Amino acid sequence: MGEKKEKNVLPLGVNLLESLAKFQQIELEDVEISFDELELRFTPGMVMGAPQVGLPPPVKAKPTSLLEASFDVPLEDYAGRIVEVTLGATKSKGGSRKYSLTIGGEMAPAFYNFQSKSPHRPVIAFDVFDWPKVPLAKAVKMHYRPVLEDTAEWAKLCVEKFGAEMINLHFLTIDPLIEDATPKAAVKTAEEVLQAVDVPIAIGGCGDPKKDLDVFTAIAEVTEGERILFNSVTLDMDIEATANLIEKYGHTVIAFTSMDVNRARELNRKLYDFLPKDRIVMDTTTAALGYGLDYAFTVMERSRLAGLKGDPELNHPLSSGTTNAWAAREAWMKMGPEWAPRELRGPIWETVTGLTLLLAGVDYFMMMHPAAAKELDKMIDNLMSAKSAETVDWVSLKL
Amino acid sequence: MPAKELSPIEVYQLLPGTNCKECEETNCMAFAAKLVNREATLHECTPLLEPKYKEAFDKLWALLKPSIRAVEVGTGERKVTLGGEYVLHRHEFTYFNPTAIAIDVSDEMPEEEFEARIKTATDFKYDYIGMTLTLDMLAIRSTSNDPEIFAAAVRKAAGLTDLPLILCVTNPAVMESGLSAVGERKPLIYAATKDNWKEMADLALMYHCPLVVSAPFDLDSLKSLARTLWEYGVEDLVLDPGTQIEDGISATLDNFTMLRWNAINLEEEHLGFPLLGTPITAWAEKAVDPMINEWNEVVVSSSLITRFADALVIHGVSGWSLLPLVILRQNLYTDPRKPVAVEAEVITFGEPDENSPVLLTTNFALTYYTVASDIESAKVDCYLMVVDSEGISVESAVAGRKMTAETVAEAIKEFKVGDLVKHRHLLIPGRAARLSGEIQEASGWNVIVGPMDSSGIAGYIDEKWPPEPE
Ligand code: B12
Ligand code: SF4
Repeated sequence: MGEKKEKNVLPLGVNLLESLAKFQQIELEDVEISFDELELRFTPGMVMGAPQVGLPPPVKAKPTSLLEASFDVPLEDYAGRIVEVTLGATKSKGGSRKYSLTIGGEMAPAFYNFQSKSPHRPVIAFDVFDWPKVPLAKAVKMHYRPVLEDTAEWAKLCVEKFGAEMINLHFLTIDPLIEDATPKAAVKTAEEVLQAVDVPIAIGGCGDPKKDLDVFTAIAEVTEGERILFNSVTLDMDIEATANLIEKYGHTVIAFTSMDVNRARELNRKLYDFLPKDRIVMDTTTAALGYGLDYAFTVMERSRLAGLKGDPELNHPLSSGTTNAWAAREAWMKMGPEWAPRELRGPIWETVTGLTLLLAGVDYFMMMHPAAAKELDKMIDNLMSAKSAETVDWVSLKL
Repeated sequence: MPAKELSPIEVYQLLPGTNCKECEETNCMAFAAKLVNREATLHECTPLLEPKYKEAFDKLWALLKPSIRAVEVGTGERKVTLGGEYVLHRHEFTYFNPTAIAIDVSDEMPEEEFEARIKTATDFKYDYIGMTLTLDMLAIRSTSNDPEIFAAAVRKAAGLTDLPLILCVTNPAVMESGLSAVGERKPLIYAATKDNWKEMADLALMYHCPLVVSAPFDLDSLKSLARTLWEYGVEDLVLDPGTQIEDGISATLDNFTMLRWNAINLEEEHLGFPLLGTPITAWAEKAVDPMINEWNEVVVSSSLITRFADALVIHGVSGWSLLPLVILRQNLYTDPRKPVAVEAEVITFGEPDENSPVLLTTNFALTYYTVASDIESAKVDCYLMVVDSEGISVESAVAGRKMTAETVAEAIKEFKVGDLVKHRHLLIPGRAARLSGEIQEASGWNVIVGPMDSSGIAGYIDEKWPPEPE
């Protein structure tokens, strides 16, 4: 390897400030400048060409035939490896699922197939809600209209019609601001869903740290051994209680933080006191294309690279709430005829959001539009198969 | 050297050190910091261009030059810069020159279609958080392989658009004919191959045009060609490692990634050039519905925008397919070191008077433009006070204390909002609800908590404005 001084995962700005801080201790006679003046500013949108004032290259004899060169494939040994997490348990492992799915295990950045192929396929789970009034874009809702009132049927539809390999069940009715449904009611729904489908499932709460724990507690116990993925544990929850629950009943959990590598580390570190690493998936938040995808992408990419470079607190499989793509107005809004049809604009929005994060390293996708999920699934197949390509002479295509 | 490892001191030590301010910075150290941040270019320090500093200049140039050469295509206002990048991952520094998107036409296309496509490419625009997103180039392909037909098409296209051009044909005679028509527009020549490299190199040198090197799925040949052409004297090169969809996507992304890796991490000089992707290959297979070709094209295009492509040639021109692409590249090419922010100030909508509502929001560009477009489309006459939250959205700013009762109270004073209206009511976003009491206390204004989403502003004001006296 050339230079591998990678000493941090901080953005350059922080790096620079560090070097500047060091600089302050150096005495320089002819410079009077305070740290403040040096604060680096950057005008957004400013596009900088390189300074192109070099010297002309030395005049040499022009080659008359092709000069030899061979391309070296850049191999790399990463110090870290992403832990493997298994979702769902079959009968022989104490559960009732038809199969289980393992994610993680990567030894190189996402689909750097020339360095190392990913040992496991990223998983796409379909979102299912227990509340028929969940706000959904029309283009999404049309696929689920007949099953909105029946959570188990909804899950079944995803598996049977759309080929979902996993179900991501969200309990919204338990929200004190919605119906404040009891943990008991949630247990009943969870059991119905487990009956209706035989794929691994994830169970999500409403975002209220106390209520979620109550509901998770009730469900985790009666589903002991199913290796459910609980979505999620957050910094504002009782981390010890949540982690103990996951550990005791043989489940797994998503550690959710909002777009901050340090908070992701902090939460994982706290979980390690109670839970083995192979039970933890991390979610650093997904924002939609056009609505913060840049943050989502970069936080995930940074976490993944840090994990591979040996950071022991970030080497977990990544999860993404890709359905968030629909938060972008461009995904669902009526716009002028030049942007039509919106029936395509929406699913392509979810697809591109997912694709971008797939390349950042996401292992577990929560999605909703059947076409988007199918497209991402196809992309995953193509990336996993790593076939060699046939070339197309596009210049002379008659289109 | 990858940009992230350069310190301002290293650069400072090579500058003249006279603090003469010719560069319009307060002193050499400040200029050094700007250079390291790539916010200034070397020649802005005019003393440095004197012969006595030649050695220092050369050293600085070597220190500061991007790992990926910046290659300019076209002339005039719409000329584009390809490449000019320093890092593999955007968090290590930032990406600079957004992937340029070229739309294709061919020299045998029916006239109407030819013109319509050029018009779309030239006029495409989408307003997104205060920026206008556009397309960047026009690729003219010769399917006729006839010098005269090509020259005529190229000439015609040049008259219809000011976009930079890419001339696409591997037959040097046809290329020469095209160049003789529009050579002075500095088009990108596509392409030098194993078979025609010498003729193409001569054309590139004669017309001073950048040149694409094409060796699909053969990186040895690509590197060998790049090396040969560089030695031949063609400096502005662009590399095309080949693009394939579906089954071939893995090999395609591998190649783009390996090329960029070797150029940046291993500083392989013959690979330090911009990369060209050709998602147009998605149209090779006749699909039941052209919508499917276009969809596949978006999939490969967005993957390549994420994975290092500096330019793309595409065929689909539907709004639904172009929109995600221009937004994705804008997102990935924003500077991760600083959120996109707007000026903090009071903005007037419609024709407000002294009884009109005063609204509060933050200066995150996405927040501001979302709110502004909601107010505009609902035609609400009002004042919108934009406070400086360092470019952070409402909820994050409240949670992260980038917007506090104090900063809001100060802004009310600074912007003299009290002189604009005679009431003292401030409508704040629902997501800032928890600041309501504190703002009231700090500013003396009566705070009203509005809806969560700005799309509810018009309805809310209709119903609840003016507020009942307490
Ligand atoms: C992107 C994001 C970030 C980005 C910020 C990017 C940026 N430049 O703003 C980053 C990563 C930097 C970030 C940081 C933080 N974030 Co943050 N972030 C988000 C995220 C994912 C999206 C926010 C967003 O961009 N929304 C879009 C904009 C347009 O929304 P908006 O500004 O609120 O504007 C809307 C409304 O407020 C309203 N509105 C706006 N103005 C007005 C005016 C009037 C009059 C009215 C009526 C309405 C109105 O209409 C607008 C359009 O809908 C949310 C989660 C989520 N999905 O919502 C978390 C979130 C907001 N963040 C959160 C937190 C806690 C933080 C941090 C404190 C710590 C952290 N990292 O977790 C820091 C603080 C940053 C700082 N230094 O101040 C929490 C807030 C929780 C809370 N309520 O207290 C959230 C909800 C995530 C969560 N569930 O934990 N964040
Ligand atoms: S122009 Fe050059 S010498 Fe003068 S202050 Fe700027 S950096 Fe220093």
